[in-house]
Amino acid sequence: MLRDITIGQYYSADSVLHRMDPRTKLLGTMIYLVSLFLFDSAPVYALAAVFLGVVIMLSKVPFSYMVKGLKSILFLLLFTVFMNMLFVKGEVIWSFWKLQVTREGLRKSGFMAARLILLILGSNLMTLTTTPTRLTNAMESVMKPLKLIKVPVHEIAMMMSIALRFIPILLDETDKIMKAQLARGADFESGNLIRKAKSMVPVLVPLFISAFRRANDLAMAMEARCYHGGKGRTQMKPLKYAGRDFAAYAVLLLYLAGVIVIGKFL
Amino acid sequence: MEDMKLIADHLVYEYNKGTNQTVRALDDVNFVIRTGEFIGLIGHTGSGKSTLVQHLNALLKPDSGTIYYDGADVFEKGYDRKALRGKVGLVFQYPEHQLFEETVFKEVCYGPINMGLDTKEVEMTAYAAIKRVGLPDECIDQSPFDLSGGQKRRVAIASVLAMKPEILVLDEPTAGLDPKGRDELLSMIVELREKEGITVVLVSHSMEDVAEYVERIIVMDKGKILYDDVPKAVFSHAEELEAIGLAAPQVTYILKDLKAAGFDVDTTGITLAEAKETILQALTWKH
Ligand SMILES: Nc1ncnc2c1ncn2[C@@H]1O[C@H](COP(=O)(O)OP(=O)(O)O)[C@@H](O)[C@H]1O
Ligand SMILES: [Mg+2]
Repeated sequence: MLRDITIGQYYSADSVLHRMDPRTKLLGTMIYLVSLFLFDSAPVYALAAVFLGVVIMLSKVPFSYMVKGLKSILFLLLFTVFMNMLFVKGEVIWSFWKLQVTREGLRKSGFMAARLILLILGSNLMTLTTTPTRLTNAMESVMKPLKLIKVPVHEIAMMMSIALRFIPILLDETDKIMKAQLARGADFESGNLIRKAKSMVPVLVPLFISAFRRANDLAMAMEARCYHGGKGRTQMKPLKYAGRDFAAYAVLLLYLAGVIVIGKFL
Repeated sequence: MEDMKLIADHLVYEYNKGTNQTVRALDDVNFVIRTGEFIGLIGHTGSGKSTLVQHLNALLKPDSGTIYYDGADVFEKGYDRKALRGKVGLVFQYPEHQLFEETVFKEVCYGPINMGLDTKEVEMTAYAAIKRVGLPDECIDQSPFDLSGGQKRRVAIASVLAMKPEILVLDEPTAGLDPKGRDELLSMIVELREKEGITVVLVSHSMEDVAEYVERIIVMDKGKILYDDVPKAVFSHAEELEAIGLAAPQVTYILKDLKAAGFDVDTTGITLAEAKETILQALTWKH
């Protein structure tokens, strides 16, 4: 049921992308996301799609698995597309009652959809190929300069990694509880919206109880191992750039240059 | 033929399909459950027991193969699977984690209400179920969260019993209980069965749990059924069982050692009572 949600989960495999330094992936993802917002032009999106396609192939994460992750944002996607289609002013090509679809609206919503899909796939790819621990280390290392202005960098990174780590656990738990209530004759599908919302109570109450229990257990376990925040903490496997990381940065810069050239001159 | 209450027909089920971590949790599983049977389903952790029992009430749909209940294919379009879940009552592992109501009584009413019974009937079956699992009257209006671990589990079992299932399936009902809680729970299940003749499937990874009570044992390993026989026959494969991380009951080992030491005992004994008898016999015979 809920197993289709792949956002934020790690997909273990042995690929260049998995072995890459998490900082490279973090910065690379940011560069990629920025590149999606630079230009509203079809050739740029085509380049971005091809680039992402190649990287996904390199990551050895099955394409069908990536697409499954999109399912959960399908509603958001359709909503945005519709809104853009109906409310952007311009040359009217089709109208019905008070609603108007314009050429500009169509164009805009097409770009919006492309941008959203690439954005989700791109950032998903990072979490799919990076374990939460390594991602935290990367965040902490990238945000280090902020320590100077007293931002609790370590704590923020730790919280984010715990949140990431807990997504699959809580999804699993939800799945289990839903099944247990189904075994007691629950019905999550039929009825109107209010009935459906009500039918979720037997799932949400146990889920919250379990989340609090887990949070409590984790806090205890951390304390029992003398965790006291980031001060004086060292790492067993400090991050180190390798040849493939420099290559990756070079490819990224090339890609960015490509985007700018195409966006400006095509 | 009419006695084949439930038929599992060539069940195959895989987790994480379409990834590099596909797990074949069920691999061509076949068996029949007849009315009134008391079956123990055992296997090492990860052998596919929980996956299998979730097929019995159609919570999971097999990749291939199917389940027949009273002769009807439960995965056919239009089959009333909600009603099936009332007939095949499944108590999950750690069922106390599914409790959500304010009082024990309301908690137990949840199942029968979902089955569409009228208020009066719901309350009667719920009360009866609470009594059947041996919870004291003063619990009824308490919050289920205030009860002890063993009692919470009884509430969860009562909430399934209240749907009046024809087959009761319990997934590791004794997991995490202390020895006293374990014995109490097991004898409660035995009593239910003796008094009401309800069909029971008891899932466990411990031989000691099931050896004493059940009439038939199904042994699972790596998603396959290894043995499906009466306990004595299954436990005669002590070495094979050990190879898959299980063991025969301890008294069986004692009897085997005694035999090796020259005593004329019957090594097929699996319960304490049987062992006592054959050992006493061997001793009196010697004198
Ligand atoms: N929700 C799940 N997702 C992925 N794999 C699972 C899931 N549940 C069980 N498995 C895998 O399926 C196999 C059988 O598990 P399970 O049926 O829970 O066995 P048992 O109940 O005998 O311990 C195991 O290898 C387990 O790791
Ligand atoms: Mg299990």
